[in-house]
Amino acid sequence: MTDAVSAGPRRVGAQGATRKSLLVADARTRRRNAAETRFKAYGIVAIAIAMLALVFLLFTIVRDGSGAFRQTFIDVPVTIDAAIVDPKGNRDQKDMAGVLTMSYGSMLEKSLETWVAQNNVQIEGLGKADYASFYSSQARATLRDMVLENPEIIGTTINVPALASSRVDGMFKGRVTAESAEIDARTSLAQFRLAEAMEEKGALTTRFNWDFVTQPDASDNRAEAAGLGVAIIGSAYMMLIVLVLALPIGVAASIYLEEFAPKNRLTDIIEVNISNLAAVPSIVFGILGLAAFINFMGLPRSAPIVGGLVLTLMTLPTIIISTRAALKAVPPSIRDAALGVGASKMQTVFHHVLPLAMPGVLTGTIIGLAQALGETAPLLLIGMVAFVTAYPSAPPEGLFEPASALPVQVYNWTQRADSAFFERASGAIIVLLAFLFAMNLVAIILRRRFERRW
Amino acid sequence: MSPFWIMVTILALALVGYILGRRRAGSSAAGDIRKLHSRPTYYGWNTAIWTALPSLLLLLVWVLAQPLIVDRAVNGNIPDSAVSDSQTRGQIMSEVQGTAFELGRAVNEGIVSQSEARALSLDDAATTEKLAAAGIEITPSAPVLEAAKDYRAFNLNASRALTGAALVLALAGLAWSLSQIKPGYRARNIVESFVRGFLILCSLLAIATTVGIVLSLVFESIRFFQLYPWQDFFFGTEWTPSFGGGSKLGMLPLLWGTLYISLIALLFAVPIGLFAAIYMSEYATPRVRGFVKPVIEVLAGIPTIVYGLFALVTVGPLIRDWIAAPAGFGNSASSVMTAGLVMGIMLIPFVSSLSDDIINAVPQSLRDGSLGLGSTPSETVRNVILPAALPGIVGAILLAASRAIGETMIVVLGAGAMARISGNPFDAMTTITVKIVGQLTGDNDFASPETLVAFALGLTLFVMTLALNIVALVIVRKYREQYE
Repeated sequence: MTDAVSAGPRRVGAQGATRKSLLVADARTRRRNAAETRFKAYGIVAIAIAMLALVFLLFTIVRDGSGAFRQTFIDVPVTIDAAIVDPKGNRDQKDMAGVLTMSYGSMLEKSLETWVAQNNVQIEGLGKADYASFYSSQARATLRDMVLENPEIIGTTINVPALASSRVDGMFKGRVTAESAEIDARTSLAQFRLAEAMEEKGALTTRFNWDFVTQPDASDNRAEAAGLGVAIIGSAYMMLIVLVLALPIGVAASIYLEEFAPKNRLTDIIEVNISNLAAVPSIVFGILGLAAFINFMGLPRSAPIVGGLVLTLMTLPTIIISTRAALKAVPPSIRDAALGVGASKMQTVFHHVLPLAMPGVLTGTIIGLAQALGETAPLLLIGMVAFVTAYPSAPPEGLFEPASALPVQVYNWTQRADSAFFERASGAIIVLLAFLFAMNLVAIILRRRFERRW
Repeated sequence: MSPFWIMVTILALALVGYILGRRRAGSSAAGDIRKLHSRPTYYGWNTAIWTALPSLLLLLVWVLAQPLIVDRAVNGNIPDSAVSDSQTRGQIMSEVQGTAFELGRAVNEGIVSQSEARALSLDDAATTEKLAAAGIEITPSAPVLEAAKDYRAFNLNASRALTGAALVLALAGLAWSLSQIKPGYRARNIVESFVRGFLILCSLLAIATTVGIVLSLVFESIRFFQLYPWQDFFFGTEWTPSFGGGSKLGMLPLLWGTLYISLIALLFAVPIGLFAAIYMSEYATPRVRGFVKPVIEVLAGIPTIVYGLFALVTVGPLIRDWIAAPAGFGNSASSVMTAGLVMGIMLIPFVSSLSDDIINAVPQSLRDGSLGLGSTPSETVRNVILPAALPGIVGAILLAASRAIGETMIVVLGAGAMARISGNPFDAMTTITVKIVGQLTGDNDFASPETLVAFALGLTLFVMTLALNIVALVIVRKYREQYE
């Protein structure tokens, strides 16, 4: 019977011995190895999902937004009718300025009608309304400005590229199809056919649209004329304020905390405070801006100065954290050497430590600025959503005048009824991302070029 | 002079002070700078600081205080008879300011002279006509016009007084500090203590910001709770603001939406972020890591408005057309699911880079020990590394949760505006941040509970995120110390 007892383990051993070779894994090892492979696969899948999300995000933005950079123009000769634009016939600026923009519209419509007749285009159901809504209402204003600027063109027939309406524009960007044109109240099938005919004859062209970047925002039914000019200026002003305020203040605060501050309660509170501020939701900073800068201090709403101050407070923790890291990376031997030859503490920091930490400080500042540039929520609360079409003047007065900001402009356009604005919003995002990309590139180059390992 | 030009003048004086101070130090030592206590530049800086600092401080205080004082003085001069039922004092005051501004413009453009503006009255047909011709409207009511003239006079006198006072102060500082300069004068020590004071001031700004946030939230929230019972706010299940009155401002539906969306975002972001971090720190070769890590971190650099638009234009319709509508869960493009998924994408880099740091902080000896005993890398990760890194990872998740709760643009564009409590993730719901934006954009009346409720919501949000942050920071800090 003792055999039976000792046979137990031996049998297990014998079972193991039935394994032909070390090179063949047993079931348990196989299971463990399979688990290992699975585990590794999860990691790869996770990374793939993250990367795919990024690619998909960028792809859809570029797909939806690239259209905003191209715009359809109508190239049809327009006769500037003296009887309409200068009814008194005296070429007096004042009298001509009294002519309504509407009258210029009729001139444009007539030119299109003439073109249709001359080119023998036959389209069923093409009516007066189709001609009128073919042009953007911006086109008449542009023509009017042109005539008022050079009155000598009155009476002549000129070739001016006129902005087409957003529906006509949409036909070339795939946003409007024959089916959707039929049911849309703001366009018609006849208009669609006319656009096709005109394109064939080269009277309708799509070209690069600088106006999108330079012109101010336009009202609800003129999506084709809306631009980013005011928003870019507003954002630039705010970045200027953030740079001028946040860089010196942030550097000063970090120098104190890193080089001078004694270890005590107060500095501890400051440190905890800074790391907490970095994690406070941005919208709370917007509430602070509204309550403190607008309601309490009486600064104007929608002004870049308020936006700049709020963004400064938001960016400070980022700059302080990166500046402290940069200061910490400067080896103590530098400080010791300076102190050893008789420099004061202040001289050591400002003459030796800070210059060596400067690349890191600048990198952190640029990243902070990039963060501030894309921030939207706090700006909504301080009234930057206002509809602004006037460019703010140069600083310092311009800082107190209403302006928009790039990310807020995106938000603004998503709130409009006309879906043509979505293309504009995506286009604005491309501009925003281009700025961010450029800033980050500068930061990376700075880091690569000047970073020193001790 | 306008405050801006006063400032420019003061700074110019400071520059003069710098040059004079340097020169005086040199001459006081008879050209031998070894006799000076400090290097000559410090004498220059010392003079510049004494010139500019007191007068700039005066300028700052004055500019902040002047509008308040002038408003009060002018307001006191408006007779009670001018205040009617249709116009409150505040409205009259803003009309006064507008009129004064227009008058100032007329004087600046040279349409009327300073004395004509001062003598202007409504009967003065010639001047009003001149103004009207230039497109400048002057108010029809006599008391307002009088007050506006008062207002202008006050402001004119005040800015004259300011110019005088600031310049006198600057010159006095210049003269005094120049007179102090002797070879033994410790200019460096004085300049350095000023610099030190500036450094301390800047680092106190962090505290000032927090105090500012707390004060602005608390004061307005108190005003809100005076108008609206706090029990109804915190425990009310209905959110129907109406500016006509009779609004129900219960926070629970908003809180529910916030937490639901954050939960979905975390359910999406935490596994992906964590696995990505594990793969990058334990499996990936340096080359793969060097490529993948920055690419994932690009996601963190994309502004939230971009994610918002992505949710609104792409993800929302996609989920509606492919999942929600066919399965009969509803057909709203903006939904908890949309906002949650997109927010999850945003949080991936946040979770992954924090966890990556934490996993890397686990000492190599633990790994080596486990691998040496024969466990596979995945067993090492599951049984050794993750338990060791757990507190840190929990901290990272809490930080991510606080981000999710405070996120605004994604939910504004992706989640909808319907305040409701429902379990269906394909329903549109709304969050605290959406309602803060909703109640505070546009024209606000800061006396109505419908506007003030935004501050109470803000306070709730601030307290929630602050608590999460503090807990997370404490955990992460403790954990770091453990292995250092």
